[in-house]
Amino acid sequence: MAQVLVLVDHVEGSVRKTTTELLTIARRLGEPAAVFIGKGYDQAAGTLAEFGAGTVYQVEGDVEDYLVVAKAEAIAAAVEQAGGAGALAALLIGSNPEGKEIAARLAVTLGGGIITDAIDVQSGPDGGPLTTQSAFAGSYAVTARVTKGLPVITVKANSATPEPAAGAGATPTVVTVSVTPSDLAKSAKVVERKPKAKSGRPDLSEAAIVVSGGRGTNGDFRAVEALADALGAAVGASRAAVDAGWYPHSSQIGQTGKQVSPQLYVAAGISGAIQHRAGMQTSKTIVAINKDPEAPIFELADFGVVGDLFTVLPQATEEIVKHKG
Amino acid sequence: MKIVVCVKYVPDAQADRHFAADYTTDRDGVDGLLSELDEYAVEEALKVSEAAGDSTVTVLTVGPEAASDALRKALQMGADAGVHVVDDALHGSDALATSLVLAKALGKLEYDLVLTGMASTDGGMSVVPAMLAQRLGIPQVTFAGSLTVTGGSVRIERDGDTSTEVIEASLPAVVSVTDQINDPRYPSFKGIMAAKKKPVTTWSLADLGVSGDEVGASAAWTAVAEIAARPPRAHGQVVTDEGDGGNKLVSFLAGAKLV
Repeated sequence: MAQVLVLVDHVEGSVRKTTTELLTIARRLGEPAAVFIGKGYDQAAGTLAEFGAGTVYQVEGDVEDYLVVAKAEAIAAAVEQAGGAGALAALLIGSNPEGKEIAARLAVTLGGGIITDAIDVQSGPDGGPLTTQSAFAGSYAVTARVTKGLPVITVKANSATPEPAAGAGATPTVVTVSVTPSDLAKSAKVVERKPKAKSGRPDLSEAAIVVSGGRGTNGDFRAVEALADALGAAVGASRAAVDAGWYPHSSQIGQTGKQVSPQLYVAAGISGAIQHRAGMQTSKTIVAINKDPEAPIFELADFGVVGDLFTVLPQATEEIVKHKG
Repeated sequence: MKIVVCVKYVPDAQADRHFAADYTTDRDGVDGLLSELDEYAVEEALKVSEAAGDSTVTVLTVGPEAASDALRKALQMGADAGVHVVDDALHGSDALATSLVLAKALGKLEYDLVLTGMASTDGGMSVVPAMLAQRLGIPQVTFAGSLTVTGGSVRIERDGDTSTEVIEASLPAVVSVTDQINDPRYPSFKGIMAAKKKPVTTWSLADLGVSGDEVGASAAWTAVAEIAARPPRAHGQVVTDEGDGGNKLVSFLAGAKLV
């Protein structure tokens, strides 16, 4: 079986859920293999093995400060070690801004077709991957495939339920890939990183439940946060809330922020403009709370409450805590 | 300083967007306009140009005849000149072909800085800037929330999930900008009148030395197998809070096994 290469998304060896989803998908298409860039492989090895990675291409070299070009070069070197682009069934990368750019450059340099933001990948009738994407703010489902070259596919979070591989546990074969970033790779560099305080809540892109606040919060997100914490959810924000400076841009849900597809999306004080809907329209269940009965968000919602979020949310929070307790 | 802004003509996101019979985005039967996210790139180019002095801003697009509307809007905002690559053979091009044609067009222009939006509002792939930088062999710096040009380099800030990053790159470079970076200006009456006299160059594939075999649907590396319209979400239940809205909400969640 041909290998399917998965780029591991991790924080110092702690493998993100999206990678376990990609490895699960990889098993449908071929033999999963992983590309690991950065520090902390010892910590990651177990998870990668558990989800079926038979081989791990571990990249050595000063790659991390040099952004996508260096990472693309590292993956290209791993592809060489794997027998070249023609030997692979597919390359799978998580659909975040960096992942899409890495995928884009590899499509050019390795000769491949690129499909981005896949929400499902199955084995197609010709043996190659068949992808599903959501187009025009969720109005259409598009099925597509790569017709020539290496299939390079970026996959959105929550597109598959991670399943440990049957009979897994064997330590993956580790292939060391040494790279030296090219001059082009070094021509763009991170000169400063200002870390953000951790919220202790789940990652917004991956969370099973998201509670978002909008203009209706008037800047006071406490009721939103309390509900999120009762549900174990991530907190999102509408563009209006971000533009007003109430929440950071990294929390923005919408066309120019994050597009999420959680099990449950709660929109509090959000009117539901098209650019926001583009960010959450494919959530499995949508609940909305808004003072305005005409708010467009109610057209999307599976359940809606016309009311003041400052009374509805705290009541809901209390009820949930009781229910869980 | 010579700045080139790559822009795209897209169907209006507020209107009905759909696919043509050949599974391409219908660009003919719809109202089109300059992609909203590209306005931020045009605005940033104008700001950098004004700050630097002795600079030009050229807007470049690859698209059907009607794409000249996108160029016109940018010229009305204050860009100095437009370049329009138009050719029937381009129909059905994928991002790889688009980036190839843009790269060839840039090869005929002089540039210190190439600016783009963070994504198109129709395809939304966010891949063309990276492909363009790869083809031109120059650095890419993307999702800039702020931008400063000093001497021969560009410095940006971007808002990541775990940190804010400050990134520097040498010029020439491809820089994509987010909608956080500025507030695009509305064309003034003077700007609208002045735009009528600004030069727009039209190029075909032959002018760029690109063969029809390299672009269009037949050259694409991907193919759409099927498109299915998603039914709009069924209208759910809406209750009015009469002191029990929160409880009803939780009943719903419990019934759906979400709590």
